[in-house]
Amino acid sequence: MAGSGSTAIEVAGLEKQYGDREVLRGVSFSVRQGEIFGVLGPNGAGKTTTVEIIEGLRRQDRGTVRVLGLDPWADRRALTPQLGVQLQESELPGRMTVDEALALQAAFYDAPVDTAALRDELGLAEVRRTRFGKLSGGQRQRLSLALALVGDPRVAVLDELTTGVDPHGRRDVWDLVERIRDRGVTILLVTHLLEEAERLCDRVAVLDAGRIVALDTPAALARAAEGTSTIRFRPSTPIDDSLLTAIPEVASVTHTGPTVRVTGTGELVHAVVVVLARHQIVAQDLRIEQATLDDAYLSLTSSPAPEPRDAGENTPQAKAPAKASAQGSTAGRKTRRS
Amino acid sequence: MSRKVLGALVRSEARLALRDPGTTLFAVGLPVVLVVILGCVPSFREHSADLGGARVIDLYLPITIVMVVALLGLSLAPGALARYREKGVLKRLATTPASPASLLAAQGAVIAILAVLVAALLHVVGAAAFRVPAPEQPVGYVLALLLTIATLIALGLLIAAVAPSSGVANGIGVGLFYPLMFFAGLWVPREAMPRVLVDIGDATPLGAAVGALQDSMSGSWPGLVHVGVMVAYIVLCGLGAARWFRWM
Repeated sequence: MAGSGSTAIEVAGLEKQYGDREVLRGVSFSVRQGEIFGVLGPNGAGKTTTVEIIEGLRRQDRGTVRVLGLDPWADRRALTPQLGVQLQESELPGRMTVDEALALQAAFYDAPVDTAALRDELGLAEVRRTRFGKLSGGQRQRLSLALALVGDPRVAVLDELTTGVDPHGRRDVWDLVERIRDRGVTILLVTHLLEEAERLCDRVAVLDAGRIVALDTPAALARAAEGTSTIRFRPSTPIDDSLLTAIPEVASVTHTGPTVRVTGTGELVHAVVVVLARHQIVAQDLRIEQATLDDAYLSLTSSPAPEPRDAGENTPQAKAPAKASAQGSTAGRKTRRS
Repeated sequence: MSRKVLGALVRSEARLALRDPGTTLFAVGLPVVLVVILGCVPSFREHSADLGGARVIDLYLPITIVMVVALLGLSLAPGALARYREKGVLKRLATTPASPASLLAAQGAVIAILAVLVAALLHVVGAAAFRVPAPEQPVGYVLALLLTIATLIALGLLIAAVAPSSGVANGIGVGLFYPLMFFAGLWVPREAMPRVLVDIGDATPLGAAVGALQDSMSGSWPGLVHVGVMVAYIVLCGLGAARWFRWM
């Protein structure tokens, strides 16, 4: 990484195979310093393998990885003091208390942060003497985040940051992550929560079947996904469809009772409202629906492998994913870019 | 690994071990109770011609100490280490400046410290209550005890290395404990065993351990065979553990 001081993580052509199974098939991306970079993807897409290679826990078969200019596998000793890692599903001994865990973690580093302040910031003050075995799922998760930050890292890799954390606590954790980024820490965030990615990430890589299928800002991904937005309104006087379809931005016009639904691209709202105004029509109850990252995600990733008992074609449509499940999509929406 | 990290891990592991009622019960309570019960049987306090003039209580003190080390090294440590791996404790350590190897070292240190303390306690109880004599070759005795501890830690590490889960690790540890303690003389002291069983026992880790301790109790240095057998187990199990131990 010749002198590019602005790059924190550089991954190029990563390939990894477990036995016959190709888990990563050429993953490349780079994360700028101070960025919150998200890795999204369905189960088995290779997210955890990718971050475990970045953390120096696994070695890639092919490709290169540099974190702060260091090879995580070969230069582990130099890298670990600057790296903070929150692992998915990592527990502590059940009889260890919160304060003991933080103090032990602090002993690993030359210049740890103030663990008491970090603990309080993560809302763990009242359980400071509670043993790990007695903590709730959300408290465990926040402790695990605290442990990742004890060493005052320059790069933090957070895997499933808010799993098990209740919605209120989730917002606190997000606030903390933003404050940490504001201190200049680079954050690599693995998540399956699209809301989390939209809220926190500067850029997102969507991983599917061992490849990156999209890499952009959450907003750009959402736009690219459908390429469309939708507006609904009730015209003050009946409207001739041809007025609308003549607008270059408009793709389709449909009616539901008195409501008109217009889909299209670009500055759709502006273009439609201008035309309506020219004809002295007022758009009542105007609603604008933007494509969300959800739509992007669902259109980019393949559906998960069917359950062993599912016969595939017989899978009822009711099993199609709920909006936020992020587990996959119906086969019909499957499109893959390579 | 730095001394600061190792020190912090040893303190942490020691605290956790003492909080585990199983450790205190089996590694401290049980052996003391066993020595007291044996010592309270009048005939066990008399010199027996069948045992070459030795007293049962004198023979059982080293056997009980070996049992403590075996409980720590075989029954408790492999399961605990395998659980650390299952729960991702070792994996998390691998992402910090502290390596998972330092946690293994800390566990070994805690086992060794605990074993030495319980051995000392048993000698104090035995001497005070039943006039069990102090080892006549104290340097040889300490050497034999340290070799015993190292042998069982190496064996425990090997079990934790090859066991796919903490349940299996526990099973192997407990499964080995009984036959190995047989050769240590827990049920029949080596002095009362047929010659062939003593010879077989000399090749087992705990048979060699008790042999070495008892030789030092009666004034001679631990025999070369016993020392050699223990060193061989330390080297072989240590190499196997180093080869097969997985952090995740």
